[in-house]
Amino acid sequence: MTQARFTPLRERHESLGASFTDFGGWQMPVRYTSDLAEHHAVRDAAGLFDISHMAEFTIEGGDAPAYLDFALAGRLSTMTVGKAKYSLLLAEDGGIIDDVIVYRLSDDRYLIISNAGNRDAVGTALRERASGFGTEVEDVSDAYALVAVQGPASAAIAASTEGIADVAVAWSEQKYYAWADASFLGEPLLIARTGYTGEDGFELLVRSEDAVALWDALLVAGASHGIVPAGLAARDTLRLEAGMPLYGHELSLSTKPAQAGLGRVVAADKETFVGKNSVAPAEGSRVLVGLTADGKRAGRAGYAVVDEDGTALGEITSGALSPTLGHPIAMAYIDPASAEAGTSVFLDVRGTKIPATVTALPFYRRTK
Amino acid sequence: MTDLNALAYTEEHEWLAIADGVATIGVTDFAAEKLGDVVFLELPAVGTEIAAGAVVGEIESTKSVGELYAPVSGTVVEINEAAVDDPSLVNAEPFEGGWLIKVSVAEDAADGLLDRDAYVALTEG
Repeated sequence: MTQARFTPLRERHESLGASFTDFGGWQMPVRYTSDLAEHHAVRDAAGLFDISHMAEFTIEGGDAPAYLDFALAGRLSTMTVGKAKYSLLLAEDGGIIDDVIVYRLSDDRYLIISNAGNRDAVGTALRERASGFGTEVEDVSDAYALVAVQGPASAAIAASTEGIADVAVAWSEQKYYAWADASFLGEPLLIARTGYTGEDGFELLVRSEDAVALWDALLVAGASHGIVPAGLAARDTLRLEAGMPLYGHELSLSTKPAQAGLGRVVAADKETFVGKNSVAPAEGSRVLVGLTADGKRAGRAGYAVVDEDGTALGEITSGALSPTLGHPIAMAYIDPASAEAGTSVFLDVRGTKIPATVTALPFYRRTK
Repeated sequence: MTDLNALAYTEEHEWLAIADGVATIGVTDFAAEKLGDVVFLELPAVGTEIAAGAVVGEIESTKSVGELYAPVSGTVVEINEAAVDDPSLVNAEPFEGGWLIKVSVAEDAADGLLDRDAYVALTEG
């Protein structure tokens, strides 16, 4: 039993009255007061998330671009400096070790942010694959905290936050899936226009020792915009509505990218990369779909998707009553014959068959 | 305000107010907070005979599904339709407007249930 880890913001969460839950070996705030209120705040105004549990790796030196093209499923060598890209770390057999975001910091320097629970597996795989490229992989997770401001008011809040300065790219010019150098209290700050909620927003990478000051400054700047601290419960319903996969639910070592609808992330025409020869799913493999239902009873992870006779068609990987839409939504792996949008299926909700409809993801898309 | 010291409690985090042979049953503030925002209630129909210890309903939050255990045996005489329509009452007023069911019970129904001190000790354990 390893000791539960806390982020540098532990005391802030405690004084805000957060309930904590274990997530990837970390004690993280699951909610402060109301997960529904936190969810709606992100859709309508802004939410502030502590995501410091996530792992960061720097990739530097040697032929770093060629190394990443080999180590990851996507093509990172052609990404321009200043951009970020969603990618996958595959096993030799084509299964998914983790999903990551890769930031190109300079010609031969990249940052990778991975899931907390996969930190060791990602670090091991990245290091193993580095031999021959002369590239250094360093786990810098402990040196950094990561906070996310998400919601339509995010840009206004970040732009007015006391202490943030030297922003290299004007806020209005920052593109989705791009990052900009800045400073916070004179120390380096990386601002990325990325997120996991389906809203506009920023993820701010700051030195661990400055995390509390940044958290406080964002809450002060956001007060007049309606910002609230938001926990993992809201984060989960937000990402589910946005159709974003969660490792351990939609993604796993036994999932191939194309099954998860992530075929576009794989640059299959690269000459070589780890997992290339096994990346195609077997014929007839189940695929990830969205499901919607009427009423209020949600299908949950692990519940069966069945046909009219009760024959299993698949299994739910995430499900909830959608706070924004007001009806149940779920993601599920389902037999390809039943995976077409519009197909009628049933959710086995603890013995009760609830009618549901296969639907295209995402469930929610923000209006720009 | 409800006098919390006058209620009986269970280890499953239900409370009971027993008067005139009827037990009003809900879940405690502790349970409501653990569940998170309640979004759906499945309660037994009026007239249902329930047996102590059996699962008689469900309390769903955004994150999880909690089961409602019958803390006592008896017959359901009323369910809280207002809470079925607006399950957030369970979070907002667990001991008042968020009650769940009323059950006709025997005189000795409270025997074996926890008093306030014993329940608080349980939740602080």
